[in-house]
Amino acid sequence: MLRRIVFTLLTAITLTAQTPFDRLVNAERDPANWLTYSGTLDGQRYSRLTQITPANAKDLELKWVLQTRAPAEPNSKYEATSLVSNGVLYTVQPPNVVVALDAANGKIFWTYPYNPAPSARLCCGRINRGLAILGNTLFMGTIDGNLIALDARDGHTMWTTPIGRPEAGYSVTVAPLIVKDKVIAGPAGGEYGISGFLSAYSAETGKEMWRFNTIPQPGEAGHESWENDAWKHGGGSIWTTGSYDPALNLIYWGIGNASPDWNGDVRPGDNLYTSSVIALDADTGKLKWHFQFTPHDEFDFDATQVPVLADLIWQGKPRKVLLFANRNGFFYVLDRQTGEFLLGKPFAKVTWADGLDAKGRPNRVGHSTPEGSLIYPENQGATNWYNPAYSPRTGLFYIPSWLDTHSINTSRVEPYKEGNQYGGGSATHEVPALRPGPTNKRLPEVGYGAIQALDPKTGAIKWHFNMMDVTDSGVLVTASDIVFAGGREGYFYALDARTGAPLWKAMVGGAVSAGPTSYAVEGKQYISIPAGNAIFTFALR
Amino acid sequence: MALKSILFSLVLTAVAALPAFPQEGHGFTPAEIQRGGIAYSSFCVNCHGPDGDQISGVNLGSNQFRRAQSDAELIRIIQKGIPGTPMPPGAYTDEQAAVLVAYLRSMATSPRSTRKGPPGDPSRGKALVEAKGQCLNCHRIGHQGTVTGPDLTSIGITRRLAEIEIALLDPSIDIRPENRPVRAVAKDGTKIAGTLLNQDTYTIQILDSNATLRSLYKTNLREYEFLKVSPMPNFRDRLSEQEISDVVSYLVSLKGLR
Ligand code: HEC
Ligand code: HEC
Repeated sequence: MLRRIVFTLLTAITLTAQTPFDRLVNAERDPANWLTYSGTLDGQRYSRLTQITPANAKDLELKWVLQTRAPAEPNSKYEATSLVSNGVLYTVQPPNVVVALDAANGKIFWTYPYNPAPSARLCCGRINRGLAILGNTLFMGTIDGNLIALDARDGHTMWTTPIGRPEAGYSVTVAPLIVKDKVIAGPAGGEYGISGFLSAYSAETGKEMWRFNTIPQPGEAGHESWENDAWKHGGGSIWTTGSYDPALNLIYWGIGNASPDWNGDVRPGDNLYTSSVIALDADTGKLKWHFQFTPHDEFDFDATQVPVLADLIWQGKPRKVLLFANRNGFFYVLDRQTGEFLLGKPFAKVTWADGLDAKGRPNRVGHSTPEGSLIYPENQGATNWYNPAYSPRTGLFYIPSWLDTHSINTSRVEPYKEGNQYGGGSATHEVPALRPGPTNKRLPEVGYGAIQALDPKTGAIKWHFNMMDVTDSGVLVTASDIVFAGGREGYFYALDARTGAPLWKAMVGGAVSAGPTSYAVEGKQYISIPAGNAIFTFALR
Repeated sequence: MALKSILFSLVLTAVAALPAFPQEGHGFTPAEIQRGGIAYSSFCVNCHGPDGDQISGVNLGSNQFRRAQSDAELIRIIQKGIPGTPMPPGAYTDEQAAVLVAYLRSMATSPRSTRKGPPGDPSRGKALVEAKGQCLNCHRIGHQGTVTGPDLTSIGITRRLAEIEIALLDPSIDIRPENRPVRAVAKDGTKIAGTLLNQDTYTIQILDSNATLRSLYKTNLREYEFLKVSPMPNFRDRLSEQEISDVVSYLVSLKGLR
């Protein structure tokens, strides 16, 4: 139905005009703009703007609000990170409504309400995590399995590339990543038994340039980590954005859970490359290395965090590392050239594994069982897709965390049926899994949320800011040492990045389920956050 | 990322009520039975009643079904309904229907009553509730009474008989999250007691013991805690066996404003 629209001469305008790839590579020198999901290709979500400081943060005030233009759907959440280029803010309201507006006052330039096919299947809400931009083109995944390119000046569709069949559970919720002239993306659908992949599409035409199968097909390396025919519906979804190191020319990406989520018995083996991070050559898509956090995942842990790239002095020597606070409860440091495991330590209560061995492999002590077994952390994890942040100034890694939560994980025999959920079991939730209820009457002992600041050199928690409720908010840290974050309680707030001391907060009246963006227009620094069904944007008085 | 079923997570946030006696049987896990109980109280209880015996000739809590023997047949009834009768079809997945069956099976293995009292008389029970028991000093029934305790107007729909007995004889055993009692002491020494309505990192919302809606700032409190002991008096010694039976039979008959 959604056929590829041929790239016509008329739309074939040059892709270099507004946001060439050089600007993305050098984004740290251009902090007035927010050009990629994480702000910079290294995934740090570190803004070099310094107008807002710990001393004046108390003077932040609301500048504008954008209410949703699409009718709010009960199963949607506003998870998109906004992009800002030359004073224009681009956002996606759920499910797939693109809005371009004046980043200084919220006035809309244009909207593009993509109409997803009714066959779209989503485990966890009709959502989108944001756009990518290159030249004059925006790129968006759609919940019905397409990747589309839009003219950033008017929202006109340039091309549409179907990347997976929605009836079979393929959807695209990830914010794509631009690397050179390619758009990197892949399908979600780990609860529907998809066979996952990460692909590069030509930014100009939408044509697939390479594909890496996250579930190795017969003959491919890693296929032996699957027994029976389980690989056919093995999952390995893509739903959070990766990062890129231009010097190494490597793309890093976190891969989703194995399917069926809870029943590992039908898929003996490690089930590569599920719940792993992979490093791919950006030009060919060939695997350079991989590291599997949760071999043979039985808890739906995924490994869909943003891989954060940092250059540290590691035991006396400079080292290019990758930081990864995993949903499974462990924080990892890997050498990003080789994939070598350097450090792993829990940052929350963990009972499914009793530590990691010298290679970082978990010593598994808990399993999903037919009777149900109690496992910490809970199914939504010690963290999840909500982005972390790293400050090269403080040297601290900031993790939106769920602490002391647990689930009873039950496995069940469940046949695969196309389009049906293929979970092979389930998990209980004492904390609502996906979105808060109207009120919170829970006792603190069933778990709570926190922003934790961790020293990546040791894995030690330096400070934590605890909330009554858990949080689905991303974190942003600035070069003036402020951490911005929010939570389900409806606060958006600023913390001192060195101490965690609260500096300022605003009540935004809806759960924060997205990452903040900071940018500047005419010399004024803004901090913007989606919450509930709206975006709120603040600046100094 | 996921959850097996969005439906149940939505229900979980809306209905915190859990059955008091989930028990195993038919190979179902306590977690499944619990989820089935939540679904039952959302989708079935209005017609079938909390003990499953509200429709004459049908007793879902007895493990004896007229139209079904196996779990598979029950699942089919739950999904497809019974054409030509008020039993409606429902868009339940196999898993959702299976946990409902788990709950139905568990009802038969959990006690219908926790005591062996004499038969009760609802009209005597009504009089006791209104006078000797002083229940309306704390509770609302219909348009009578007050709001500091939970509203009992529909208690005969939302709770099983055994749960009502426990509420009277051992109130602290089964305090539900929606009735959670709080106690706080302000910095100036003022004592505040009430029911928790909502809370966040900085504030607590309560309905206090004077039936006033209050929002407390934690910075103004010396201390606060969630009480494990119910403010509801224990009626084990205050009412006779006969009177307990009467009150229970009256509460079971309370099915909302009609
Ligand atoms: C609108 C009212 C209504 C609702 C809601 C309802 N039922 Fe029923 N149900 C009935 C009626 C009436 C019958 C009896 C039909 C008959 O046999 O005449 C029935 C019969 C049944 C039977 C067959 C009983 C037997 O003895 O064979 C089962 C099982 C059942 N219901 C389960 C459920 C479950 C589980 C739910 C909730 C998911 C539910 N029902 C919701 C009205 C309802
Ligand atoms: C001093 C106030 C007070 C009095 C008097 C009182 N109750 Fe309660 N009752 C409460 C409170 C507070 C709760 C909620 C905490 C709990 O579950 O124990 C409660 C809970 C209950 C519940 C359980 C409600 C639920 O949602 O599960 C029932 C049933 C009940 N009361 C019945 C009665 C009856 C019948 C009487 C009189 C014989 C009575 N109460 C007298 C305060 C009171």
